[in-house]
Amino acid sequence: MAQEEFRILSTTAILGYGFPMASFEAGMARKPHLIAADAGSSDPGPYYLGAGVSFTDRGAVKRDLEIMLSAAVEHGIPVVIGTAGGSGANAHVNWCREIVEEIAREGNLHFKMAVIRAEIPKETVRKALRGGKVTPLHPAPPLTEENLDETVCIVGQMGVEPVIKALDQGAQVVVAGRAYDPVCFAAAAMRAGYDQGLATHLGKILECASIAAVPGSGSDCMFGYLGKDYFRLEPLSPARRCTTASVAAHTLYEKTNPYVLPGPGGSLDLTETKFEQETERIARVSGSKFVPARRYTVKLEGARRIGYRTVSIAGTRDPVMMREIDAVTRGVRERVADNFKGAAFEYTLHFILYGRDGVMGSLEPTPVIDGHELGIVIEAVADTQAHADTICAFARSTMLHYGYEGRRATAGNLAFPYSPSDFHAGEVFVFSVYHLLEVEDPCALFPAEHAEI
Amino acid sequence: MNVNLKDIAGIIRSKNSGPYELTLDILFSTREWYERVRDAKAIHEGVVCALYKIPPEKIINIVHFEPADAIKITIARPLCSGDPGETDVYGAQQHAPLLNLAIEC
Repeated sequence: MAQEEFRILSTTAILGYGFPMASFEAGMARKPHLIAADAGSSDPGPYYLGAGVSFTDRGAVKRDLEIMLSAAVEHGIPVVIGTAGGSGANAHVNWCREIVEEIAREGNLHFKMAVIRAEIPKETVRKALRGGKVTPLHPAPPLTEENLDETVCIVGQMGVEPVIKALDQGAQVVVAGRAYDPVCFAAAAMRAGYDQGLATHLGKILECASIAAVPGSGSDCMFGYLGKDYFRLEPLSPARRCTTASVAAHTLYEKTNPYVLPGPGGSLDLTETKFEQETERIARVSGSKFVPARRYTVKLEGARRIGYRTVSIAGTRDPVMMREIDAVTRGVRERVADNFKGAAFEYTLHFILYGRDGVMGSLEPTPVIDGHELGIVIEAVADTQAHADTICAFARSTMLHYGYEGRRATAGNLAFPYSPSDFHAGEVFVFSVYHLLEVEDPCALFPAEHAEI
Repeated sequence: MNVNLKDIAGIIRSKNSGPYELTLDILFSTREWYERVRDAKAIHEGVVCALYKIPPEKIINIVHFEPADAIKITIARPLCSGDPGETDVYGAQQHAPLLNLAIEC
């Protein structure tokens, strides 16, 4: 077991969210053994996974990577990127790889790179499903073969093993596809002999960088020091502090149960975790444990395309129209249904009413209008963009001139901020797979390609 | 004593915990408030069901987390994130009903 602390520079909450140069330089001055960033999240919804595009901007990702790669090459230390391209499927990984290669070309940088894939072939999942190796993550519904057939893209969240393997094979830069968030930080530390529980818990906090500090920020660096039986966290901007409260609070973030955090191959158990204040700006954590699972499982995420979306944005300032809004939307739905009852396509039509329950939908405890204006989004989804256009435009024009009870204003019911009033929102995806897949070998689903750059 | 949650909790927030769950965090301003609310058992299934108009089976758990002086509530999302009819893809704006929750403790 190494005696020295393993030092990790986490640059930003999501690759492409940026960081101040002063913080990065303060991190490099602490001589890190690893520079890493998590690049992904499923939070932005199913579109990005299904469509194969990143939710972060290429220019911003290139800026962050350029700084990280140049410093890593200069100091001979590794860079690990987790969930490249935001969703970590092949299209996303290729996008990130291309940016890395472009930076290397332009800056005349040379290094060994490993690209680890995380897209899972449908046939692999189908075979596992038939073999009883796929279970839903409650409250997701069970996976059906029909759902699988319609799924366009599936990724698996890799654990530390494929990244450790890539580093063992000599990679200095690792561009990993979909990975469990802590992995890009924890893998190199575990490879150096540090405890999996502490490395994973540290990774959980570093993956959001300075979000765990006060004041928090999604675009600033965080530094982690991992010891034999503890880790320490230090924000790199002098304006921020890591307090026991801010670090403990972050442990809750986006998790169902803060005491038991399941991941690939086992769970992080925080029931014995201690949070202590070491200095005004440094928090110290100990007692976190990794409990291996009986069977190694990989979390799968998949998306299915359900059609195309067109939206129209409008508002009303008329109190009678607002009072009658349910009758209006009901009447518009009926007119649309009647008008297109012979059409050979299906559609869904939604009205989002801002000022009543537009934000919370069915969870809204007070779905009443008590303001003087109402925002309205008309949304149509159908099998083609043209069909979605048809439904949206027809609903919009019907609503504009709908003759509701008590109407005084007969020239038009809606205020449109824009011309054109309707917008293409493009392809629509839904999450279709959110399941655990049991595996024998943690690396088998995640093949790596090695290249000399 | 009767207080509103927002007067004794420094952080009240909501967020997805995966695409099928919504998690609500209440971080109390002091250990004392955390303990008073915990000991009064003021935040329980019935309160959450009434606030969000959901049946008890939609509640996944309610956890007390002392290191952060926090109570965490996780419920099933009404829809999987991004499904047709979605209103809040990230789940980041579902906390407001908690702000004025009256607590007797």
